[in-house]
Amino acid sequence: MRVALFATCVNDALFPATAVATVRLLERLGVDVDFPPEQSCCGQPQYNTGYRRACEPLVRRTARAFAGYDHVVTPSGSCVAMVRDNYPRIGAKAATEGRGTGLADAALGLAPRVYELTEFLTDVLGVEDVGAYFPHTVTYHPSCHGLRVLGLGDRPLRLLRAVKGLELRELPGADECCGFGGTFAVKNAAVSAAMAEDKLANALGTGAQVLCGADNSCLMHLGGTLRRRGEALRPLHLAEILASTEDDPWRAA
Amino acid sequence: MTGTFLGMPAFPQAAERAVRDGQLRANLRHATHTIRDKRARAVAELPDWAELRAAGKAIKDHTLRHLDRYLVQLEESVTAAGGTVHWAADAEEANRIVADLVHATAETEVVKVKSMATQEIGLNEALAAEGITAYETDLAELIVQLGDDRPSHILVPAIHRNRAEIREIFAERMADWGRPAPEGLTDSPAELAEAARLHLREKFLRAQVAVSGANFMVAETGTLVVVESEGNGRMCLTLPRTLISVVGIEKVVPTWRDLEVFLQLLPRSSTAERMNPYTSLWTGTTAGDGPSEFHLVLLDNGRTAVLADQVGRQALRCIRCSACLNVCPVYERAGGHAYGSVYPGPIGAILTPQLRGTTSPVDASLPYASSLCGACYDVCPVAIDIPEVLVHLRERVTEQGGHPMERAAIAAAGYVLDHPALLTAAERLAGRTRALHPRRLPGPGRAWTDTRDLPEVPAEPFRDWWRKNRP
Repeated sequence: MRVALFATCVNDALFPATAVATVRLLERLGVDVDFPPEQSCCGQPQYNTGYRRACEPLVRRTARAFAGYDHVVTPSGSCVAMVRDNYPRIGAKAATEGRGTGLADAALGLAPRVYELTEFLTDVLGVEDVGAYFPHTVTYHPSCHGLRVLGLGDRPLRLLRAVKGLELRELPGADECCGFGGTFAVKNAAVSAAMAEDKLANALGTGAQVLCGADNSCLMHLGGTLRRRGEALRPLHLAEILASTEDDPWRAA
Repeated sequence: MTGTFLGMPAFPQAAERAVRDGQLRANLRHATHTIRDKRARAVAELPDWAELRAAGKAIKDHTLRHLDRYLVQLEESVTAAGGTVHWAADAEEANRIVADLVHATAETEVVKVKSMATQEIGLNEALAAEGITAYETDLAELIVQLGDDRPSHILVPAIHRNRAEIREIFAERMADWGRPAPEGLTDSPAELAEAARLHLREKFLRAQVAVSGANFMVAETGTLVVVESEGNGRMCLTLPRTLISVVGIEKVVPTWRDLEVFLQLLPRSSTAERMNPYTSLWTGTTAGDGPSEFHLVLLDNGRTAVLADQVGRQALRCIRCSACLNVCPVYERAGGHAYGSVYPGPIGAILTPQLRGTTSPVDASLPYASSLCGACYDVCPVAIDIPEVLVHLRERVTEQGGHPMERAAIAAAGYVLDHPALLTAAERLAGRTRALHPRRLPGPGRAWTDTRDLPEVPAEPFRDWWRKNRP
């Protein structure tokens, strides 16, 4: 089984600890992980802002980088949603515009092999207890694309419930958007900030120490707001919790 | 659409004002969450909701694909049943037709059933310019009309008002439009409803002409359908001598069997009811029963152009239930007025720019009035993929030359992202200079840093960790 890590540009540049944790977690579970260095951004920011043509080279690049791998694993539901939902659309539009089926073929060849981390763990590896240890109280925010586009359901919660020492607190209004939304966060900053405010009020109300998510872009938005307000609640990617063990526990950077 | 909304500011500016209005936010939060939860319960009762939703989508798609055929069939059926059909290419033509029909009756007043189509074309204003007064009879529309206000929701246009504000509007303004509010009116819902009843009753009993829209039109029999909760619609549709219905061409369904699907989908999605209290259906005219004269004005007003867009056309499936508004986190905080249109919320953000174009500041900003969270698509009873259409329309906005700075930035970032050596160099540079990074950014970056810290750039990107640790 050839497995590639699709780290995503946000994790590569800003949250390398999440990508490192994903590697350590998968290796602990016996998976031989590779990181094809030709990979870059999936093109979602460009596409969702209205620059479809500008993201086409990134669609091609991503498909090329992961050619030949059986499974491509990504610690970001949003980037998986981009590949699974939008790559075929982008390819189909290019074909409709008379630019051949190359892009569509690349998109359709890649999409079924890309897995969000919790999908890969529960569906492909068939594990829920990954042997993690995390002695903290945690509340989980399911990001919208994982929740609604991928239909991750309770996969992340099942994984969290199996973590030794972890106390899970239910997040009220969990399925409501945190207000990140890519360039929405700056194009509609006031509404975005108001959404973060309400999401954080719910998260703080749980009394949890850690706000866990499976998309660092949402956590960047929520974490930036928490830091500005001087709150102790700590945003943390699910992969870092699952990578934490009794021998090598997670430590705040 | 109506001139009332001309010159609106772009969505972000209007929304920012709404976000700062604590009372408005509290009103909207309470109202949207209440109806959102009720809808979820009403929908969960039906084991075949997914199949109903798929059927609704399929019926609408089929009808839209053969709209030419079904509209002609509808015209024949309505005409055979004693009605008269008029075709209006745009708002101006529709308003002209209605005004002329009212003039022909020599009346100067009409009572109105709640209708989005007539708001879209600015009918009330057009009639006023012709010396004809249009009285809104839906309770929420009455509140909006008396308050010289604008609607902020498709189903509950006065959702932004609380009952203390409504009491004030009734007490101050009812006398200008007819029977004044009772002395000593309080803000108890029963008293407010009674005041509206008394005020409206004299209009129902006096009016000789009614203007309505329709939720559905059945092509096979020429039957029009209005669903409502208050009974004001039933009064308007049965008491006057002349009935004029202005209906968008996308409201046609082929058969009564098709109608059955929508009569299940609409009330549960809209008011969270199993069935709405009043469903009025009429077919042309019937001697001695109801209006003796019936006119149907079929309205295009941009719909044919929307139909030509392969991605955007799904917006024409909309049955105006407003479930997408009630579940939208952006609508909940920005309120309906920020959308600068009679169609607010997610559906408005895809319908308005298609019907009006994307040239004005507000229209060009509407496709961006969403975090693309997808909650709207989930609840839509006819499965309109609103996020897909939003992104499609964003492309239209960028292609018409909007956002030149952004286009340049996207191109530059695209180049770096497509050249991993450059990307790595940029990441390393950011890592090495991280002690110098400011906490707050100047210029456009302030939109992020006004309320959020920037993430701390790590000492090395993941690429470098991998190179060192997994050689």
